[in-house]
Amino acid sequence: MKINQLSVFLENKPGRLSEPCKALAQAGINIVTLSLADTQQFGILRLIIQDWEKAKQVLEAGGCVVKITEVVATEVADRPGGLTEILAVIEEAGVNIEYMYAFTFRSQDKAVLVFRFDDPEKAVEALKAKDINILGPVELYGMASG
Amino acid sequence: MSQSTKAPPSGFHPASSSDYLPLAQLRELQFARLQAMVRRAHDHQTLYRERMAEKGVSPGDIQSLEDAAKLPFTVKTDLRETYPFGLFASDIHDVVRLHASSGTTGKPIVVAYTQKDVNVWTEVMVRTFAACECGPGDVIQNAYGYGLFTGGLGAHYGAEALGATVIPISGGNTDRQIMIMKDFGSTAICCTPSYFMYLCERALEMDIDLRELPIRAGIFGAEPWSDQMRQWAEKMSGIKAYDIYGLSEIIGPGVASECKAQAGLHIFEDHFLPEIIDPETGEVLPEGEEGELVLTTLSKDAMPMIRYRTRDITNFLAEPCPCGRTIRRIKRIGRRSDDMLIIRGVNVFPSQVEAALLAVEGTLPHYQIILTRVKNLDEMAVQVEVTPEAFSDKVGAMEALHRKLSHAISTTIGVRAKVSLVEPHTIERSLGKAKRVIDQRQI
Repeated sequence: MKINQLSVFLENKPGRLSEPCKALAQAGINIVTLSLADTQQFGILRLIIQDWEKAKQVLEAGGCVVKITEVVATEVADRPGGLTEILAVIEEAGVNIEYMYAFTFRSQDKAVLVFRFDDPEKAVEALKAKDINILGPVELYGMASG
Repeated sequence: MSQSTKAPPSGFHPASSSDYLPLAQLRELQFARLQAMVRRAHDHQTLYRERMAEKGVSPGDIQSLEDAAKLPFTVKTDLRETYPFGLFASDIHDVVRLHASSGTTGKPIVVAYTQKDVNVWTEVMVRTFAACECGPGDVIQNAYGYGLFTGGLGAHYGAEALGATVIPISGGNTDRQIMIMKDFGSTAICCTPSYFMYLCERALEMDIDLRELPIRAGIFGAEPWSDQMRQWAEKMSGIKAYDIYGLSEIIGPGVASECKAQAGLHIFEDHFLPEIIDPETGEVLPEGEEGELVLTTLSKDAMPMIRYRTRDITNFLAEPCPCGRTIRRIKRIGRRSDDMLIIRGVNVFPSQVEAALLAVEGTLPHYQIILTRVKNLDEMAVQVEVTPEAFSDKVGAMEALHRKLSHAISTTIGVRAKVSLVEPHTIERSLGKAKRVIDQRQI
């Protein structure tokens, strides 16, 4: 049920972000979505990629330090209140959100939320109990290419 | 040729009389003291007793000054390994002063002084100030750090015994240094040469012309500095800039000093026997040849040092000095035979940075030290590559790692360093010994 997200360490210098993106483009790898966390010193680039294993190889061959983190993707209705409903469930379950980001697909009226939880099992249990759709890899990447 | 525009007081200080001993008398004195020192070291310091036994040398074998070559060497690690009091020849109750210098992984090098040792130290510091044309009428601003570092108190006791008026201002707070220099009418300042240059530039910013102040002498040590730096400092401030030399292991400042000629440093060799050796073979070199300076204390009670290898490269200057002193001169020291760095007057070894990185991460990542001089102050940057093991997806964890590395490095070396995390393969790999230090400073 978990999605494998790639995290890449980037120095906060011009050109450091385009390097890995170029490498992926050259390898013909498409990015489903990404998020960039920044500090003054450095950034962490987080990528959702279908062929994440190949992407990891490509990035490491290019000299990047890459980590795989398991994240949870949920479906959310693309309307006001959609996000709040999901957050309420997570809060009630007492799970901490380390970080999150969101994106939509062209052909859908639903959006996707990507979460890193401190306790992913507990979060998934609580979400499922409230009939919130957790997207596994097949579904997520299916939506992406659909 | 000095760029100084302000005249020093004329006059001979009685403490300097030993600087002018006739050579025959000086050598006799050195020999008598060497014999007594070797006897003392043998009888009271385990390290020397063992080393002499290994070499098959006994105190009675020292029949001439040249016989010093029969004695074993001492190196810095000997002092680390005997931390804290393993090298003392005196009972702790007779030790009136302890000093320490920064050491690797938190363990400093400890040096000890009996009252007699403090008196000798004071004497050589008086002779240092006198050689630098200072006297009882001077107002001496002592900006060397007071504390465990030998610079502050060493210069202080000497300046006081000289009869001068001493301002124990210690280091830092440059604006206040300049204000006090102006308001108290300092005639001499003691500090590192790079700090003085920083102070000169700050004075310019404050619209204060040091050339118009009474300041006329700079007693500079603790780091190497070039003739260009000297000329610049003298021109900017009107002072005469003198080079002094010392090391805590031997006594602190006061081992050697320039004189009015500013052409080499006179070693106070009635107290410190100098030798120049080939750093590879350990052989004593003929007079005039360049090699590593080795020093033997001739008057120390608490912690005699036999043939201490300083790692500083220099040679004796053969011609008699125009000042008339008979104590030999060495050439100004420009470089070392090991990888020790001097950053803002503090001794730093790359291995200390390695130890800090290892302590935090458990493994040694690729790193590089980059030294620059910004506004005449040394800046140290350490770049550390992020390894897969160290990398975390959480920003907080990476920030914590950065903080831990910064803290570990700064507390180990005693100098504030700017640590940055860099991507892997950013630091050039080498086939042979890794180039850990890039020194972009130009002295």
